[in-house]
Amino acid sequence: MSAPLPAPELRPLGVDGVLVRFAATLTEAANQRALAFRDQVNAMNLPGVTEVASSLVSVRVGFDPAQTARQTVVDALQTACARLDDAVTAPKRRWDIPVAFGPDHAPQLTEAAALAGVTPEQAVTEIEAQILRVIAIGFAPGQPYLGMLPPHWDIPRQTSLTAQMPNGALVAAVRQLIIFAADAPTGWRHIGQTAFRVYRPDSDTPFPLSPGDAVRFRAVSDSEYVALRQNTDTNGGARCTVLS
Amino acid sequence: MTGQLQIHSAGPGVTIQDQGRPGWTAEGLSRGGAADPLALLEAAVLLGSDPANAGIEMMGMGGVFSTTQNTRFALTGARMQATVDGAPVAPNSSHLLRAGQKLRIGGAQSGVFGYLAFAGGITTDPVMGSRATHLTAGIGRVLQAGDERPLGTDKDLLAGPMRLPASDRLAGGVIRIMPGPQTDFFDADTLARFTQATFKRSPRGNRQGVRLDHDGAGFDAAGQLNIVSDVIVPGDIQMTGDGVPYVLLAECQTIGGYPRIGTVIPADLPRIAQAMPGATLQFQMLDVTTADATVQPARTQLATLRKACQPLVRDPHDIADLLGYQLISGVTPGDDLERP
Repeated sequence: MSAPLPAPELRPLGVDGVLVRFAATLTEAANQRALAFRDQVNAMNLPGVTEVASSLVSVRVGFDPAQTARQTVVDALQTACARLDDAVTAPKRRWDIPVAFGPDHAPQLTEAAALAGVTPEQAVTEIEAQILRVIAIGFAPGQPYLGMLPPHWDIPRQTSLTAQMPNGALVAAVRQLIIFAADAPTGWRHIGQTAFRVYRPDSDTPFPLSPGDAVRFRAVSDSEYVALRQNTDTNGGARCTVLS
Repeated sequence: MTGQLQIHSAGPGVTIQDQGRPGWTAEGLSRGGAADPLALLEAAVLLGSDPANAGIEMMGMGGVFSTTQNTRFALTGARMQATVDGAPVAPNSSHLLRAGQKLRIGGAQSGVFGYLAFAGGITTDPVMGSRATHLTAGIGRVLQAGDERPLGTDKDLLAGPMRLPASDRLAGGVIRIMPGPQTDFFDADTLARFTQATFKRSPRGNRQGVRLDHDGAGFDAAGQLNIVSDVIVPGDIQMTGDGVPYVLLAECQTIGGYPRIGTVIPADLPRIAQAMPGATLQFQMLDVTTADATVQPARTQLATLRKACQPLVRDPHDIADLLGYQLISGVTPGDDLERP
């Protein structure tokens, strides 16, 4: 049983925003509260509220100052905070995503597994067994932060940056996994590769994942990954199940 | 038939921009849009066109452009020397460009981001509700020699040239900021030092943000290496690892882990974007109520600009071929256009 969470803090974030912060450190409980709060504020349909964006442990509520006032928004959010119970938000959707864990497309799996104190085979088994949640989307468009892995996966970022992580790279650090949205540098370690695209600007659904979604990874061979990548209309082999 | 904008040459940071793509922060996509959105509103007022129109943003350096149809255009934002077929055109004003004429726009003389807008707007296909190029998100790309982009028709070709007073936001100065979610992670001494310091805009900057240099110690927050990543917005002042401030602009990321000392108010953010490398900047911390009171809706900004907009009277010094004009024999009663 973890310690009770502190009362949420409300802070300004820009002339058109209020940030509601649920904790000073990332925990699953704080992330769940942020996601539940986001859902609740969305359901309230507050006049003048233009955007409700959740992060790891906080939610920014954006408003149009021409339509409402900060104090009105703050009052409504405080009411929402008081009503927020500890009910865990069940995922609305589950994604099953094929990942190649090597040998060709996972250059740092062995290194990351060693830091977590397991063999590469155990690492893949553990990741496959885990039902992860999208705890936030951000940094790059559509890019999911997935968590949380078991505590022994609390591995640090590398001190030096990997100059170019390819689109679809599965990277690990601090009990989280990220599917990379674009070719970009990172300090996280490259442990797998998926043909699933988390950002498709030209599509009707540019951002397939949403915070709160459940994600399971399924290991596939390098050759299966290459086939999925070449077959561009299969969503990288990913399947989405709507949960009741 | 739709006209085309033809790009004959372009500086390294020439992109299509509009007022941006709000509403996607939760999906990891920042609003983007013009680094100096007011400059596009100024252009819309000069041309009497839709403020939502897309125009050309030129970072530091312009290019050579022509159009396949006659159209009025406006130049706003950074002051850049411009000519049409060799004849100078004034900044902060609208002019006629005839089909095939060459509009040459040079390097920024003051300010960083210049804007070239056309009366009918650039009419590329919107992506997620906006035509703005978002380089870090891979939406659109920088324009290059040989590119062509569709232009809307100018429905008021005969409207005379107009001008607006020169912008006062190109030379740095005092920037008003407001407290943010992490301001109290900084102790009182650090906050005081920050608002007393004089910064220089670093040469390191782009549409994502600009770095500020100063003499003296960095500005560190308590426990700054363990701060959980949080939502960030344009205007936030991040302290990077060595305590150096970095002001986020339109194309910033949506989540960041560096501590933020405060947020530049939207009214003053173009002043940061437009500060040239080496320009000096200082920060003044407002309380939240005062900061909130500075907000001006776009319609208020547009109304203010419309009042300031005047017909452009050409200074004889700017008319290169003055002696070639028939200054006497062309005298008329002045009501030619009203007579049947």
